[in-house]
Amino acid sequence: MEILLHSILIVAVLGFVLSLVLPRRAEHLISLNANISVGLHLSGLVAMIALWFIQGLPQVDIKEFVLYSTEGYEYYIAFHFDEISAVYAVVGSFLTLLVTLYSRVYLHRERGFKRFFNTIQFFFIGYNLIIFAGNLETLIIGWEVLGISSFLLIAFYRDRYLPVRNAVKVYSIYRLGDIGLILAMWMIHHLFHENIMFNALADVDKVNEHLETHSWVGVSISLLLLLAAMVKSAQLPFSAWLPRAMEGPTPSSAIFYGSLSVHLGVFLLMRTFPFWEHQLSVRIVIGMVGLLTSLVASGIARVQSSVKSQIAYASVAQIGIIFVEVALGLKWLALLHFAGNAFLRTYQLLVSPSVVSYLIREQFYNFQPRPTTVEDSFPKRIQYSLYLLCLKEWNLDTAMHQIYRAPIKKFGRYLRFLSPVAMLGLGLPLYGMGLALRLYEVHLPAVVQPILAPFFAAIALMVVVRAYVERKQSMYAWWLVVSAHFWLALAVSFNERFDVRHVFVYLLGVALSSMVGFVCLRMLSRDRGAISLDQYQGYSYSYPRLSTVFLLACLGVTGFPITPTFIGEDLIFSHIHEDQIPLAAITALTLIIDGLAVVRIFAKVFNGPQVHGDHATAYKSS
Amino acid sequence: MHYLPAQAPLKDFIHHNTLHGFQHLHFHAGIHRASRLFGYKVLLSIGEYRALYAAGKISTASLQRVLDTKLPRAAHREWMDHLLHRQYDEGTKQRVGRLRAHWKSDHGIDMDALVHPLLFRVLCSYLDQGIASWEFPISNAGFLASMRALERNSFSSFFRSKRVQQLFMNPELEIGTVLSMLLGADSRHYMEYVFDQQFAHPGWSGMVAAVETQPDTLLDTKQISLKEIILFELLLELDVVERHLGARFRPLLNDVAPLAPALFDPCPEDEMASALGIWQDAFEWTYYDQVIKAIQNPDSEAEKQELSFQALFCIDDRSCSLRRYLEQVAPDCSTYGTPGFFGVAFFYQPDGGKFRNKLCPAPVTPQHLIKELGSHAKRIKEPHLSKHSHSLARGMLFTQTVGFLSAFRLLENLARPRLSPAAASSFQQMDKSAYLTVEHQPGAEREHGLKVGFEVEEMVDRVEAVLRSIGLVEGFAGIVYVVGHGASSANNPHYAAYDCGACSGRPGSVNARVFCHMANHPSVRAGLAQRGIVIPDATQFLGGLHDTTRDEIQFFDEAAILPTNLQAHSGNLDAFKHALELNAKERSRRLELVNTHRPASKVHADIKLRSVSIFEPRPELNHATNALCIVGRRALSRQLFLDRRSFLNSYDYRHDPTGKYLLGILQAVAPVCGGINLEYFFSRVDNQKLGAGSKLPHNVMGLFGVANGTDGDLRPGLPEQMIEVHDPVRLLVVVEHFPDIVLDVIQRNAATYEWFAHEWVHLVVKDPERGTIWRFSGGKMMAYTPTETVVNSIHDLNPLVEASQDNISVHIIR
Repeated sequence: MEILLHSILIVAVLGFVLSLVLPRRAEHLISLNANISVGLHLSGLVAMIALWFIQGLPQVDIKEFVLYSTEGYEYYIAFHFDEISAVYAVVGSFLTLLVTLYSRVYLHRERGFKRFFNTIQFFFIGYNLIIFAGNLETLIIGWEVLGISSFLLIAFYRDRYLPVRNAVKVYSIYRLGDIGLILAMWMIHHLFHENIMFNALADVDKVNEHLETHSWVGVSISLLLLLAAMVKSAQLPFSAWLPRAMEGPTPSSAIFYGSLSVHLGVFLLMRTFPFWEHQLSVRIVIGMVGLLTSLVASGIARVQSSVKSQIAYASVAQIGIIFVEVALGLKWLALLHFAGNAFLRTYQLLVSPSVVSYLIREQFYNFQPRPTTVEDSFPKRIQYSLYLLCLKEWNLDTAMHQIYRAPIKKFGRYLRFLSPVAMLGLGLPLYGMGLALRLYEVHLPAVVQPILAPFFAAIALMVVVRAYVERKQSMYAWWLVVSAHFWLALAVSFNERFDVRHVFVYLLGVALSSMVGFVCLRMLSRDRGAISLDQYQGYSYSYPRLSTVFLLACLGVTGFPITPTFIGEDLIFSHIHEDQIPLAAITALTLIIDGLAVVRIFAKVFNGPQVHGDHATAYKSS
Repeated sequence: MHYLPAQAPLKDFIHHNTLHGFQHLHFHAGIHRASRLFGYKVLLSIGEYRALYAAGKISTASLQRVLDTKLPRAAHREWMDHLLHRQYDEGTKQRVGRLRAHWKSDHGIDMDALVHPLLFRVLCSYLDQGIASWEFPISNAGFLASMRALERNSFSSFFRSKRVQQLFMNPELEIGTVLSMLLGADSRHYMEYVFDQQFAHPGWSGMVAAVETQPDTLLDTKQISLKEIILFELLLELDVVERHLGARFRPLLNDVAPLAPALFDPCPEDEMASALGIWQDAFEWTYYDQVIKAIQNPDSEAEKQELSFQALFCIDDRSCSLRRYLEQVAPDCSTYGTPGFFGVAFFYQPDGGKFRNKLCPAPVTPQHLIKELGSHAKRIKEPHLSKHSHSLARGMLFTQTVGFLSAFRLLENLARPRLSPAAASSFQQMDKSAYLTVEHQPGAEREHGLKVGFEVEEMVDRVEAVLRSIGLVEGFAGIVYVVGHGASSANNPHYAAYDCGACSGRPGSVNARVFCHMANHPSVRAGLAQRGIVIPDATQFLGGLHDTTRDEIQFFDEAAILPTNLQAHSGNLDAFKHALELNAKERSRRLELVNTHRPASKVHADIKLRSVSIFEPRPELNHATNALCIVGRRALSRQLFLDRRSFLNSYDYRHDPTGKYLLGILQAVAPVCGGINLEYFFSRVDNQKLGAGSKLPHNVMGLFGVANGTDGDLRPGLPEQMIEVHDPVRLLVVVEHFPDIVLDVIQRNAATYEWFAHEWVHLVVKDPERGTIWRFSGGKMMAYTPTETVVNSIHDLNPLVEASQDNISVHIIR
């Protein structure tokens, strides 16, 4: 059982690694590799499930290796297998196999053939990590992998404007969900005083014992988890990202946004069900979210006049119902519903180009001018208002902009005065002062002491916001996002006994990645002059390799699980006490915006239509 | 409107010159102007030409000759150096968009991002042909009137600003009024601003213009005009500006200096444009010279006396190789090419259909109706494409039933593709066993203003015209096959682009059958005899349809074959079958995923599979690589291997001394073949702005167009998968006749003359008696000698076909 679980994970990872090193033009090898890897995964999975049946459906928990451990803190990888994982794994592996088979011919000769298969396999690793995760720490690694592969697939056509803009848009909404998870992890850590495995959640007595004294903490954790689930599954008010994500080749839209990725929010809820099972209020909230989403989204689906957005909203509406089922505790119904919805939407998206010949033919033979619909029975005013609202998607897209990105920009405009010179002149002395205070453990008045950490965290926040609105110099924006981590480290260090090792773990990845990123930008500006962020520059067309390296640097800086910074971020949070909610909030916000700013730099410098070149460039409206 | 893309909805996809708005200028001047005004890339890049030169695809001799005609000899050295080594800044500099860019640069307003999504959504919903479950509630009153009715009766609004809402509700509101609010009182820039605005989304504007000029192109007709959407968009912009800058904002152009040069000022040619033009001409003439050289030695064999059969095909370049193979397999047959509507223009109403399809070239408006009666064809429903799967409750039911089914369907589709009800198949156009109302019944009422069927006299006219134009007036064989063509593809929104261009983007089966019915009609035969065309009683015409994707032919009315012809027909069927297999094999050489080295029958099976595979974005390559149109006797081209690059129109100058029929042919060839050629040309050189980009992310909008994601502009033009192997070369029309006659003929019709005079297509004339070659240039016929090129001879095509994927040079088959 364990061996099989290990081997199917290894197969998925090996497939990805192999795909990375295959030559770009070897289409046949690349697709063969993907098909074999996913095919092996599926057969291993079937064998594992057969064995699992024979053994009488045991729940499997494996505590794997420890990534980092220190006094009172342990970060480890763990796996868990039960019927939920089983259903998700079978559906996921089967659909991925179908899509890789499909894409072998479909993507033939496409620029980015290899990139596509790399990304799909990267996604597949993330998916596996999530569904087999035994604790939140493992799950969040998969969650991040999924976010990045989403970004890369939406922006697959990176030389056009809309895919890139929508990729950034979707990523920034995903980021909200990620932070929900990080904060939930932080609170769980403090609730149980350790990082726990999912199986511990099923331990009703243990959970209740902890929750009795901290009932609001329990509710908060549940709501944070719900936030992450809502974002991933495009529930209200986040629904509008889903149709906008349909920018990549149709098979990738089918597998991500038609089927697997959107149902992972449901998975998260099902996985953590034992934790919130006894919190009636939470169950009501989940049910309401689902119900409301299903109603609104199906209304929007009814007025969609493009095939893919119609399928997207119809799918969101079904997922809303699945949320209700989960809230009601109808696990098997929800699983069945998930599988059916995933299969249906994948197929519908894949054959969506067929609607022209099919429906035109239907229309040719069966046309009726304006068939009556259910809405015709409504009073005219209500009917028209509803139509108009659905047509405008209930302003969900603009609202997301106004309550989320616009305030950051507005705040950022007040920080325009922080020019590079001002930053050096003010920032360096201030940082030095902070460092000195901390190093020499200067005793400050009791009033001042507790606000030091939030104070420096707030500076970090300002720095990333400033980076987010920087429009001229990419290099400056880069250093700003990097330096934010140093401010954060300083801030948190005021909390506890200064532990150089923790800061080292945290900043090591940032420092390394920042240097790599610096070199990339430097090389680019040597060729092309100063790189502005005012518009998309599209340099990935001329510098595809540099673009990949810079992407890795970006991932490193944002604490993606390829450098120790990732564990460092969690470590940093473990130093924030449970009563320091402002500090936690500021830190979380800083990390959100830091991610946004970094992705923005990457997208603006390397994506979009290339400004100068001898090749055809697309309209901004395409 | 003139400059907008003129592509009609997908179901009526007809090829046309993408830059038709510049056709009043000489080709090079026109495309240069298009490039400056709208930022199109209009030729290959310098780098691509240099690579072609290095690979020998552009010959030094041709390059030298182009330099000779364009520049004084003294400048050649310097120019050669520039052509080969000089660095040019090839980034596109466009004039359109300059004014509107001030919103962003001066006020930080990203107008496109704020206006386009809602505008596109509204337009798509209004024009939608049947995707939405809940249709646009009002549609019988015109676009703005419907929008106002919606706004008036709704608690929600399109606009946030009260003032804009009030403006919108005023039916007398003028475009100029809103422009003056946005831009200021100075009206000099109004027009240019509107261009900026509309050319930020040429796809949608072009669609609106197409629907405005030909409302019937949408089955569910909608009234809309470009003016209406300009006004609506201006109001959306005003709303955005008021939201950002307040109601009392300073108009945009108060602080903007007049633009110099203005949008439509002359565009002087710069050095780069000249360099690209020289390269392009040299590229074209390198190829043309091979062709000219090859046609100088026509097939010396005397015209055959005893013919096994004759076959008429469409002039389509895809028939080029099939005809060659048919002649190879059945050496005593004779083939002809003529536009695939076979001279019969009509509307066609299939049995049970609620609409009529036009089956003739796009510019023609037919007066006749042909109805299909007694069809047994069944249309199967496809539950996965049902709208019910998108509603809430029924959708839930769907996920639990059809949902699980779809997993198997997908698996099945991958493992064993077969024809699904959702695919487009050319044979569906008409049920083989159905009856067509070809003959007009005296006293029958007109339907939809059309005469049902043709009268005998009308039939005689049409049959005579076709037969005379192709020079088939005597020596009829027992069976004359008349073969239209169509295409089949699965999961392909551009399916109509693969069908017959002479039938308005539909299969030519009905036309072939109608033509044969006419030509077999005893009274028509009598009428023809009176006019000097005597068709023996033993001769019969038999209609058929060639599916170019599957390489299959279906024949109609086989039951009516005369006993004397039956045996010959069954033998001919074998010849067709064999020729189709060989044709499939030759086609497959361009397709990397098919192994061309296998036996022809195996390759043919692979080829057929493509046409029903939902995961195959290239069911066939359509007109890709087309470059040539030969108007003349088959003897000119019969011995040539032209690599499927040529349209072939049969024509015998001996039967048309005055050029009467030649005029008819050239009137069709220039816009149809020239249109196809230039659409491929421009989609290839700028696949982003003039083509549709890769089709893999395409999303179907309202059943009439495709866009990239869900909120982008429509993408007219051809997708990358259709043009990637195409070499952008203008069409060379070769006419076999006397130069003075041809010169006279092309001048008879101004529209046709423009194509040749402005060199959007090239014209070369071969004097049939002296054998001399004449090039039409600068309004005159000039004697022309091709540069020294070697035309290779070959006996067995097979090794050649199997060897390479690239274009193959012209060969003489011995």
